[in-house]
Amino acid sequence: MAVFNLNINGKNREIDVDPTTPLLWVLRDHLNLVGTKYGCGIAQCGACTVHLDDVAVRSCMMPVSSISNQKVTTIEGLSENGDHPVQKAWLEVDTAQCGYCQTGQIMTAAALLKKNSNPSDEQIEMAMNGNICRCGTYLRIKESVKKAADMMK
Amino acid sequence: MTLIQTSFNRRSFLKTSALAGGGILISFSWLAGCQPAVNEELLTLPEEWYSLNGFLKIGENGVVTIYCPNPEFGQGVKTSMPMIVAEELDIDWKKVIVEQAPFNTEIYKRQLSGGSQSIRQGWSSLRMAGASARQMLKEAAAQAWGVPVEEITTEEGMLFHKPTEKTAGYGEMASAAANIEVPKEVALKDVKDFKIVGTSRKNVNGKDIVTGKPMFSMDYNKEGMLIAMIVHPPAFGKKFKSFDDAAVKSMPGIKDVFTIKLYNDSYEKSMFDTATFTELVAIVGNSTWEVMNAKKAINVEWEDFDSYKETWGGFGGTRQVDVPSGLESSEDHYKEMESYSNTSAKVARKDGNPEEAFKNAAKIIERTYSAPFLAHNTMEPMNCFAEVTDDHAQLAGPLQAPEFLENTLSARLGMPLDKIDIEMTRMGGGFGRRAYSHYMIEAALISQKAKAPVKLMYTREDDMTYGIYRPTYHAKYRAAFDENNNLTAFHVNAGGIPESPLHANRFPAGAIDNYLAEQWAIDSNITIGAFRAPRSNFIAGAEQSFLDEIAEELGKDPIDFRLELLERAISNPVGERNDYDAARYAGVLELVKEKSGWNKETDANIHRGVSAYFCHNSYAAHVLEVKFTNGKLEIPKVTTAIDCGIVVNPDAAANMAQGAVVDGIGNALFGQLSLKNGKPDQNNFDRYKMIRFSEAPKEIDVHFVKNEIDPTGMGEPPFPPVFGAVANALYKATGKRHLNQPFFPDIEVLG
Repeated sequence: MAVFNLNINGKNREIDVDPTTPLLWVLRDHLNLVGTKYGCGIAQCGACTVHLDDVAVRSCMMPVSSISNQKVTTIEGLSENGDHPVQKAWLEVDTAQCGYCQTGQIMTAAALLKKNSNPSDEQIEMAMNGNICRCGTYLRIKESVKKAADMMK
Repeated sequence: MTLIQTSFNRRSFLKTSALAGGGILISFSWLAGCQPAVNEELLTLPEEWYSLNGFLKIGENGVVTIYCPNPEFGQGVKTSMPMIVAEELDIDWKKVIVEQAPFNTEIYKRQLSGGSQSIRQGWSSLRMAGASARQMLKEAAAQAWGVPVEEITTEEGMLFHKPTEKTAGYGEMASAAANIEVPKEVALKDVKDFKIVGTSRKNVNGKDIVTGKPMFSMDYNKEGMLIAMIVHPPAFGKKFKSFDDAAVKSMPGIKDVFTIKLYNDSYEKSMFDTATFTELVAIVGNSTWEVMNAKKAINVEWEDFDSYKETWGGFGGTRQVDVPSGLESSEDHYKEMESYSNTSAKVARKDGNPEEAFKNAAKIIERTYSAPFLAHNTMEPMNCFAEVTDDHAQLAGPLQAPEFLENTLSARLGMPLDKIDIEMTRMGGGFGRRAYSHYMIEAALISQKAKAPVKLMYTREDDMTYGIYRPTYHAKYRAAFDENNNLTAFHVNAGGIPESPLHANRFPAGAIDNYLAEQWAIDSNITIGAFRAPRSNFIAGAEQSFLDEIAEELGKDPIDFRLELLERAISNPVGERNDYDAARYAGVLELVKEKSGWNKETDANIHRGVSAYFCHNSYAAHVLEVKFTNGKLEIPKVTTAIDCGIVVNPDAAANMAQGAVVDGIGNALFGQLSLKNGKPDQNNFDRYKMIRFSEAPKEIDVHFVKNEIDPTGMGEPPFPPVFGAVANALYKATGKRHLNQPFFPDIEVLG
């Protein structure tokens, strides 16, 4: 066990865990931030996506010891009141079905728009290709990303 | 106006009142996400609630809570079922709060999500719940105002007596209405007067989803709760022998390691008791990562089991099932299926004299189709919370149909049902898999043994290699033509491991004079379960591909050919057991033909395939476009037509149809769970190819047939015909018929 000081959603959080513990389980088990989901554990499905200094990363294979002073943002910290343009667009398009993968999708989309405020269809597809939606809401996700881009203009 | 008999009795009413008043619902709601889904953020909660029946309660300020009886797994029932209640109650949807109802089949009857039946089978009771409450409010107003109840009208949560110009909100009359006798008969609205049903309303949990609120049982956390995981045999045909926990017991965070047995010896299983591995190793510890590490370190020995028989009860009486021993492989499965199709088929339906027609045929075409096992791969792996003490069991999990397993649980724990409380959490996907909730029994047994509340979690690998798959199937089709190139006979021979996919009385049965349908099945130790549109999800693709070939052989347009057959089934049907409505079937083909611009020329690079199917009481057709750009497949557009009667929530239904199209394309092109020596070749998404963003169609245009028929299935019907549409479009593009699913098995998996 070792003590780590993490900057999560703008707050300093001190945790005492096995250094190999992936960030996903630190968030879910130790900090009760359960909006970040477990889907595969091998960085293949994207359900566990969070931001590390505004870049989308898979938290399920990222040992907590590999994070130094980067800022971690989870779905719970993406916006104060759930009103990030991406979240608003997701609601307007009524994108979700079961909803399980959607927080990961939203985090990937938010990171994309931070980097590229006006992505083409192809750029959206490329950026989102690592996030599986078993319900098949891909078209609505694409529509939501475009709507969010418009809102951010 | 329709008058219906209400089926609420005083008992269920009182019991519900007690539930609502006793705070049980609140104490059960342990997740923030299980808090009411509020449509209007600024809605003020009332100080008092008055229950009018098990489905709804009204606050003194006019806010209404509606309980959704069935569990939500992405199909949208948590929005659409309450919409039906709200419609008949005649309330402004903005004043509605939705909650998941407690699991209580005495009040709610059919509390299961499966078979696309939630709306169809809930339609009457949901309307009755709203209408009878509205009648009670009218009675209360009539008494308060001293006027005849017939003169009272309602509109969006308001009561009116026009002659005296009296008005009141529902909230003002709720207290009095709660004491009114439940009416014996109530009036329902005419479909043309609907204001909520048939209009698009957004997911009542949308905000919770996009903000990551805990609402899945995977998210459950409770003081003192331990994490549990299981270790199951690595292959079908294997069982537990022994384990050595020496290396594991002292690992950090590990509390206990033991085995559990899912059933008592001689337990007679019922329909949804399917469990692949009945003796498991359980590891219990403080945190997920610690338990995962112990799971990797533990040394478990497995051994081959001998063949055995088991007894199954349930629907259709008691039956014996043979479970063979051995380590099975997909390669052998395909050979066995080919062999059985030639030797073991039994006639399921015969019209006319197909043997004679084939004997006299000038030409016969024959094609064989096959498909692999499929894993459901719900994004939220199997899991369940359990807290079992000496005199009570509390369960919470992603459960499509807890009513199928509650008796099993009761028998296994030796605890009467009234001591067991089950909460149905929002499911991260279901697709049929969560009707088989062996994991609920496992969680309960682990909690009982560990003497602690536990959350049992399957890893993705545990989940994907557990079984309860879509079966592997095989179908041989033959068509006979006379010397004038008329279709004279049709023969389907279908089977699978371990069940046949045949629906002998569906189209084209009823449309062809000489028709033969045969089936067979092969025993296996690979477990199977319902998978979105069971059986149909294979046989539709095979049949619709074959019809495409017949149309081509006849030199006919594939839609016109189907319509001709359907015309025969309408005007002069063959046989009497045809289980589809040929006119509605033709209706979706006509609609998809129009909406897809079927008769218009397309870009030379774009190739189209058509397919249609009937299942789960509904009709669906697709026209799917493909094009190849530098050898890469692209699906520019899919046009979909559906007849599922009245569409309760059109945009949400379109979303589900779009999802079914994407799901169908993914499984047609890539889906595959193959086995070697009993062991699945795929155990996670690095090897199991799921359809991804870039492979989805660029556009899916969904159209519904407009009619006033009571709603029929919606979640499953659009799925089966996708496979045939993909195959038929690919043929147009490549000249090659794709007979064996998945069509592109070797495609690279992208992470």
